[in-house]
Amino acid sequence: MKTDTTTGAAISFDNVGKAFPKKGGGSVMALDDISLSVEPGTITGIIGRSGAGKSTLLRMVNGLEKPTSGKVTVAGRDVGAATGAGLREIRREVGMIFQHFNLLASRTVYENVALPLEISGTPSREIRKRVDDLVARVGLEDFRNRYPAELSGGQKQRVGVARALATQPKVLLSDEATSALDPETTQTVLELLADINRDLGLTILLITHEMAVVRDIASHVAVIEDGKIVEDGSTYDIFTDPRHPTTKSFLSGVTGVTLPQFIARDLTETRPKGPSREVMRITFVGDNATDPLLAKMSTELGLQVNILAGAVEEIGPRPFGNLLISVEADRAEEARNFLEHNQQRTEVLGYVG
Amino acid sequence: MSANLINMLMEATWQTIYMVAISTLLGAIGGLPIGVFLACSQKGELLSAPAVNKVLGVVVNATRSVPFIILVVAIIPFTRLVAGTSIGTTAAIVPLTIAAVPFIARLVENAIREVDSGLIEAARSMGATPMQIIRKVLIPEALPGITLGLTLAVVSLLGYSAMVGAVGGEGLGDLGIRYGYQRFMPEVMGLVVLILVVLVQLVQTIGEWIARRVDKRAPSNRGA
Repeated sequence: MKTDTTTGAAISFDNVGKAFPKKGGGSVMALDDISLSVEPGTITGIIGRSGAGKSTLLRMVNGLEKPTSGKVTVAGRDVGAATGAGLREIRREVGMIFQHFNLLASRTVYENVALPLEISGTPSREIRKRVDDLVARVGLEDFRNRYPAELSGGQKQRVGVARALATQPKVLLSDEATSALDPETTQTVLELLADINRDLGLTILLITHEMAVVRDIASHVAVIEDGKIVEDGSTYDIFTDPRHPTTKSFLSGVTGVTLPQFIARDLTETRPKGPSREVMRITFVGDNATDPLLAKMSTELGLQVNILAGAVEEIGPRPFGNLLISVEADRAEEARNFLEHNQQRTEVLGYVG
Repeated sequence: MSANLINMLMEATWQTIYMVAISTLLGAIGGLPIGVFLACSQKGELLSAPAVNKVLGVVVNATRSVPFIILVVAIIPFTRLVAGTSIGTTAAIVPLTIAAVPFIARLVENAIREVDSGLIEAARSMGATPMQIIRKVLIPEALPGITLGLTLAVVSLLGYSAMVGAVGGEGLGDLGIRYGYQRFMPEVMGLVVLILVVLVQLVQTIGEWIARRVDKRAPSNRGA
């Protein structure tokens, strides 16, 4: 079913700003000096809380929103400057899927997928062939004559994906496409997106408020807050070495490494008098990520390590681990030196008495 | 009951159906585009034309606020111009249509405004022109609502048609007034009312049936 291979297009945001006029004069900056370049054929995630501006940013790629300053280009074409037929042509090269699917209730699965082709004036014989291919690609052959009301959420989103691919776009935009789905269905839709990215090579730009979505399919991620990109880079780097507090807070939800309540409650920033233990986070990255380093440290240094929380995860094919431990405060420095010597990152979180 | 009376009733029923059917048809032809325009032409909408929208809205409201019986009399010169006469069943179609157009326009506007704005966004993202969005998205998606609106319009026009007796429009209402009321024939009045009740039931039932047929949203999704 590799009949419809296309190549992805690059997307670039150059110093993009978006100001909305405010009631009673003045304006609100929804986006402020955003610069981001999305490589062709990659899956890039933009993560942010609601109201951060990520939705506005995404909509600039197909011209549903226009920047008030700066430039957005897709495959080298200036989207903000395009109007009329030129803009519609760009839109045919940029498919979009939506949180609430936005399928036409009056059309069957087949007819929904055919809609963009009807709009672009494709001959009906070709429409039939392409729609049959697409419906098969998303695994809905048995549902082609059903109406959206008869489908589950996951099936509806599959129709949405098939519809977005109908005009053989070079870019696929995903607007919180899995936010209305349960976790299991989310996985199947994400797998579908990853398959499409791999098979068709198109560029996927997605927005989400869930770090898990980024971890599962995105190779790059940008964190957006209050209309600004506060951090961006490869997903692996962001996960293993987050810098910005917003990024860290998004990550704490997904890496499963938050301190147990009874520790967090007693944690102090400065070392208390008397015997105490230092609480630290260790991030295992690279080739050593799966080595039994803690056991080695225990035996080599004769240290008693208390494990408080931890998880080992994969981003793409690369594993990384996150571990919260406590060690005797007097010997904590020794432990940190050992770990850093083995190319692992440590971060002191505090002390417990 | 005399055969003569039965004949009169049958003829009056036919006249009513004729007047209402033609004026609904013409009213829909005029009201549908106006309704679509009203629904899509506010500031920032698909066919953004706020000034025209305002003016048209005022005209529609003005027409709708004139009591029908006054409209019938007030536009007699216009009726004569269009129908060649100001008296008779065919002439009555003119004021009925004038009343139907703004009414149907508002019903269509409401039905179209009910369509999820996400669908318009989706269609825009596909590169659809405003006309394509109207033809392929808005009207098909609003069809259940438009059908129910037209049903409502037919029922209202049945009521209006009783008043066109004032200009010799005949039909059931006219028969009821002239025979049932002015000649003290309560049985005629009773029959006229009965026939109208049956007609309204019929129209309502058929309208709802069609609306259900075109409505592909499951009951659980209705209003969602």
